[in-house]
Amino acid sequence: MSDAKAAPGFTPDEMMTIAASRALRDDDVCFVGIGAPSAACNVARLTHAPGITLIYESGTIGTAPDVLPLSIGDGELCDTAVTTVSVPEMFRYWLQGGRISVGFLGAAQLDRFGNINTTVIGGYGQPKTRLPGGGGAPEIASSAGEIYITMAQSRRGMVERIDFFTSFGHGEGGDHRQRLGIHTKGPTLLVTDLAVWKPDPVTREFTVVALHPGVTRDRVAETCGWPAKFADRLEETPAPTDLELETLRDLQARTKAAHARNRRQEAV
Amino acid sequence: MARFLPLGRAVAENLRDGDTAAFEGFTHLIPTAAAHEAIRQGFRDLTLVRMTPDLVYDQMVGMGMAKKIVFSYAGNPGVGLLRRFRDAVENGFPHPIEIEEHSHAAMANAYEAGAAGLPCAVFRGYRGAGLAEVNPNVGSVTCPFTGEVLAAVPALRPDVTFIHAQKASRRGDVLIEGIIGVQKEAVLAARRAVVTVEEVVDDFDGLHPNLTVLPAWTVTAIAVVPGGSHPSYAHGFYDRDNAAYLEWDEISADRDRFRAWMEENVMRKSDGDFASRVSHLRKARR
Repeated sequence: MSDAKAAPGFTPDEMMTIAASRALRDDDVCFVGIGAPSAACNVARLTHAPGITLIYESGTIGTAPDVLPLSIGDGELCDTAVTTVSVPEMFRYWLQGGRISVGFLGAAQLDRFGNINTTVIGGYGQPKTRLPGGGGAPEIASSAGEIYITMAQSRRGMVERIDFFTSFGHGEGGDHRQRLGIHTKGPTLLVTDLAVWKPDPVTREFTVVALHPGVTRDRVAETCGWPAKFADRLEETPAPTDLELETLRDLQARTKAAHARNRRQEAV
Repeated sequence: MARFLPLGRAVAENLRDGDTAAFEGFTHLIPTAAAHEAIRQGFRDLTLVRMTPDLVYDQMVGMGMAKKIVFSYAGNPGVGLLRRFRDAVENGFPHPIEIEEHSHAAMANAYEAGAAGLPCAVFRGYRGAGLAEVNPNVGSVTCPFTGEVLAAVPALRPDVTFIHAQKASRRGDVLIEGIIGVQKEAVLAARRAVVTVEEVVDDFDGLHPNLTVLPAWTVTAIAVVPGGSHPSYAHGFYDRDNAAYLEWDEISADRDRFRAWMEENVMRKSDGDFASRVSHLRKARR
């Protein structure tokens, strides 16, 4: 809440989505994870990257939804896609075939090397919390050209050690990917509600390179479960433009209205 | 050759206790009516296979029908976790279940290998992934030409696959449109296949020549169940009932409330009740 006060006019969540959207380019082919990545990818498409190809794992290629899908398989994604392929084809030809430039993922648990856990909290055999699992993420993490991650900061989410390696990032850091025979770049960007992080070129540890407007180093450090490192030259993320903010809010308003429609009809 | 049967008979004749069964659908065209019929008939010790086990697998697990789940993403799509599945995995309620967990790429490849008559699927995957360490059914093979080490998983070959589709022709060919998921592979990989459809048409003459069609001789039984994939959707027929997915999060959170809901909405109902469940969702589309 204090962050919203420090930066009037937009929320930390809005800043996160918009900062994440800016990383995408017009010629990217992006494999979109559900949730926060989906919002960021569609804001990019509706602002600076109209030519971007958005792909959801349900098989929809080049989709342009008017509202954010609740699931990765909503009909809206198919209706607006250039083509819809089967799930085996999606994973074999398009992802494994090397056609995806960016995989955009969220995370339940993340460590400093961009390794992601969405499988279990606690031990695998006797989990404290059984999460949904990896879905497409394990192979997105290794087959997409590079990986962008977006999530809100918290000590529960950004942890010293993840409980399970659902998706491999930079492992123990350094050249761990290469040693496992993974030739894609892996995580190159982390956008949170407070900051933009990039991996150190040598150690591959995520390092804060920009703070969002009004955010302090202390705030970033205290909401991160590992000792946060900061770049020597720390930048400030440019505040959302009117166009970005309006695009995001319109998208979210349309989404909310569309998803509430069923209930109203049911009540009638 | 496909036979048109009432759903009750189609399920009774093709599912047995102890079977490995896939009720496939990737968010779209979930075979809910077939799963509910299986629940009413009270099968036991099933190995349930599905890439994205959602509400119907939560229901079958909660009713104690599953011995084992083979899956790659066990969530309430767009909402969160599967609470009956969690209760079984975390607390052994109503009884412990075995899990065999894969990635989507692995499951999709494994179905394809099943359809292709291969013993295993080979793909570039599981590198650095924790599942490779906890799932003994993740192996590797070395490419004899390049030396590249690739992941291998056993082919999936269900005893029976259930899917929901838009249309059947009178002679029993089946048409699937929209997000087609892994249904074609799941049908061709299985020994028996049961399809529920929205409607029967005379023939598919004049339609686009490259549509996804399962010829009648690849299907064991067809049951006509309009609305049979509610609360998921049938492209061109009715929209997804997002509210029902949100409500399931609350219903499934409590063991007693779950039982009461199942009694009222599944055990005392029939496949004939599905059409009315989608009537308000048809209006949204047409």
